[in-house]
Amino acid sequence: MSTNKFSNPVVRWIDHRLPIFSFMDHELNEYPTPKNLNYFWNFGSLAGISLVIMIVTGIVLAMSYTPHVDHAFQSVERIMRDVNHGWLIRYIHMNGASFFFIVVFIHIFRGLYYGSYKAPRELLWILGVLILLLMMATAFMGYVLPWGQMSFWGATVITNLFSAIPLVGDSIVTMLWGGFSVDNPTLNRFFALHYLMPFLIVGVVILHLVALHRFGSNNPIGIDPSGPQDTVPFHPYYTIKDFFGLSVFLSLFAAAIFFFPNFMGHPDNYIPANPMQTPAHIVPEWYFLPFYAILRAVPDKLGGVLAMFGAIAVLFILPWLDRSPIRSGNFRPIFRIFFWVFAADCVALGYLGGMPAEGIYVVLSRVATAWYFLHFLVILPLLSVIETPKPLPQSLSKSVLGGTAMVGAASAVKEKI
Amino acid sequence: MVKKNTVKKESNEEQRGRRDFIVVASYAMAGIGAAAVAWPLIDQMNPAADTLALASIEVDISKIEVGQAITVKWRGKPVFIKHRTEDEINSAQSVELSQLKDPQADVERVINPQFLVMVGVCTHLGCVPLGQKTGEIRGEYDGWFCPCHGSHYDSSGRIRKGPAPLNLEIPPYQFASNSLIKIG
Amino acid sequence: MMKWRTALIFCWITFVTNVFAAGSGDVVLKHKDWSFNGPFGTLDKAAMQRGFQAYREICASCHSLDYIAFRNLSDLGYSEAEIKAFASEYEVEDGPNDDGEMFMRPGIAADRFPAPYPNEAAARAGNGGAYPPDLSLITKARANGPDYLYSLLTSYKEPPSDKDVPDGMYYNAAYPGNLIAMPQPIYGEDVTYADGSPADVSSISSDLVYFLTWTAEPSIEKRKRTGVKVMIFLLIMVGMSYGAMKFIWADVKKV
Repeated sequence: MSTNKFSNPVVRWIDHRLPIFSFMDHELNEYPTPKNLNYFWNFGSLAGISLVIMIVTGIVLAMSYTPHVDHAFQSVERIMRDVNHGWLIRYIHMNGASFFFIVVFIHIFRGLYYGSYKAPRELLWILGVLILLLMMATAFMGYVLPWGQMSFWGATVITNLFSAIPLVGDSIVTMLWGGFSVDNPTLNRFFALHYLMPFLIVGVVILHLVALHRFGSNNPIGIDPSGPQDTVPFHPYYTIKDFFGLSVFLSLFAAAIFFFPNFMGHPDNYIPANPMQTPAHIVPEWYFLPFYAILRAVPDKLGGVLAMFGAIAVLFILPWLDRSPIRSGNFRPIFRIFFWVFAADCVALGYLGGMPAEGIYVVLSRVATAWYFLHFLVILPLLSVIETPKPLPQSLSKSVLGGTAMVGAASAVKEKI
Repeated sequence: MVKKNTVKKESNEEQRGRRDFIVVASYAMAGIGAAAVAWPLIDQMNPAADTLALASIEVDISKIEVGQAITVKWRGKPVFIKHRTEDEINSAQSVELSQLKDPQADVERVINPQFLVMVGVCTHLGCVPLGQKTGEIRGEYDGWFCPCHGSHYDSSGRIRKGPAPLNLEIPPYQFASNSLIKIG
Repeated sequence: MMKWRTALIFCWITFVTNVFAAGSGDVVLKHKDWSFNGPFGTLDKAAMQRGFQAYREICASCHSLDYIAFRNLSDLGYSEAEIKAFASEYEVEDGPNDDGEMFMRPGIAADRFPAPYPNEAAARAGNGGAYPPDLSLITKARANGPDYLYSLLTSYKEPPSDKDVPDGMYYNAAYPGNLIAMPQPIYGEDVTYADGSPADVSSISSDLVYFLTWTAEPSIEKRKRTGVKVMIFLLIMVGMSYGAMKFIWADVKKV
């Protein structure tokens, strides 16, 4: 890494002592990236930008928000009415949470389909699941802050999950609340933690990027680039592509903010919290619905909570459940079918989580929950043994010849692993 | 979608020019967009509508006895309103401007000489001077005295001694009637 | 392939969010073509002024409007003098004065609308145990708020013969469960509009919807106007960045 590549003497002086420019040049400019990435690879950078949008608008909102049960709701309305551009900033933050989850869910499903969790990217994947967990905690606590009816009852229900823990459950819940119900101490600490956790996410994101840059991006073919002919420098090729993706993303995001900002929220959250009265239908935010469905599917309190957390825990061990050496679902005909069944199962869980827990919905929730775990714990391990993959192309550049049986390549991949 | 790997050289200058233009223009748009978004994020720190709505207040001064003073809150700061005695008015008006650190005639500081209206914040570092209540120290010039760093103000609120650089500030105000003033 | 995956995701979001947007459930609402609907929607100032009058003369005796200050009325097209006049009609508690007493004074533009009851308990006591909710946010705090409010105000009917209506409750076809504690507030000709507009039940209800849509979100018109500009800007950016991407990628043969 020579410092001579910078013409500006100030940059050269700094870089010699603190090689930040070399680092940026290496990781953001020349960073070799497979040239066959499709648009699903846009969602990583979109997630990063979403995080930045949330942090910036969040800090700004915190300047006018009051974390006190008597003032929280009113201070949010003051932001909406009196603070300069407050309505805009709050709607960005509010819808930003939903869009962040949309982006991250697509990012995760991309990883699931193209086998991005496989060796040598297991830690990259695990860090990603950790980010998801942190995001869920952050989003949950953020939803409590406006102190509307859904805030209050959501907080009550979710914190009560911990009471399922044997022996110490009730004590833990009392500690979480800082009292005997969700009240001012709860709101205060949720605000403190909601402010803190995004920065923890930033930390894990940095680790996620370090792990990513160790081996570079996976790609739709799923084989490693065999040389410079298979890659392009990140800049300008992927900067411009990410920028295009960002423009499209922002257009959809702006449409939601300006034309249906409350579509993904719940009207009950415009009613101030009332600890004496639960709303008729309480549901979590949409991004929690699949997990909520799993929680309710199990007819046992502790069992439900374990299943819900298990649904995420299973993602942590995914790299060791799916032992197939072939990464991309494009070359795994049976996996591919099950992938889409699984995707449909997740959609079904999301739908069922929003339905009342009665009648046919309970039965369907149980089937869908069972399938969720079956997919990870039985189908994926089994497929890695019995499935015959399609022949892999020899290299990214020669994938045009993919049809003409490159059996050697498949075994080559195996050897590498 | 599947194509061969060859890198073509730019065929001619014109195409390169078009390409550079649209690339630069795109990134320029991103810059404009970012600047447009930055403004609401900064402007939200300015006073909100409810704060601005309280930016002017009306004060009834009919009940202030001669020689008495009241303090009212305006924009979060104390405003001193003093009903001055004849002696105080005379001594304020008779000072030579050359003796003043921040030369200003008393007539420039009042609308009605009987009532002195000024922001009660020391121009040094923002403390509230003493001298409003009977019995408080009024400093060497029988006006106000700032206890923080010892600035002395006279009966026109002008700085006479001490570290403060300027006279006490006169807020914008007007007489809505003989007994009512509107500050702000 | 890619298209239907994307479509799938969007269907899911739409579906799932509709599920809980349909909070108030089992009643069919009357749908009206409000002027504030759609991306180019605007508020009707004349209707809002009429709705404001109707609020003051009909609703205000029980329902508060906590988040609206008199100064906000300039959005309805009132001048500063008119707003001062409105405000001074109300007595506002202030204090403590120099004697330590709270006292009443005429309202000023910066004051919020005084509530009809000092607290929730008093409101319940005055209304047979039912709490008249604050109206500032009512159109946002109910699913399909404007249609819901309009339907509610225009759906007081004789109960069907098989419906038992207890004392202190009233039959309303648009209210979930059909039994509401609020007696019919509007009978027609309850207010006399200065501009001579009709004052039947439907017109007054509609005017109130305009007023209360504004109170729920005074920035609604600004939001939509800004939105149109932002969308135009972003769509141009989409086009340009797409063009730039194609140019940059032109010399790379994709795999």
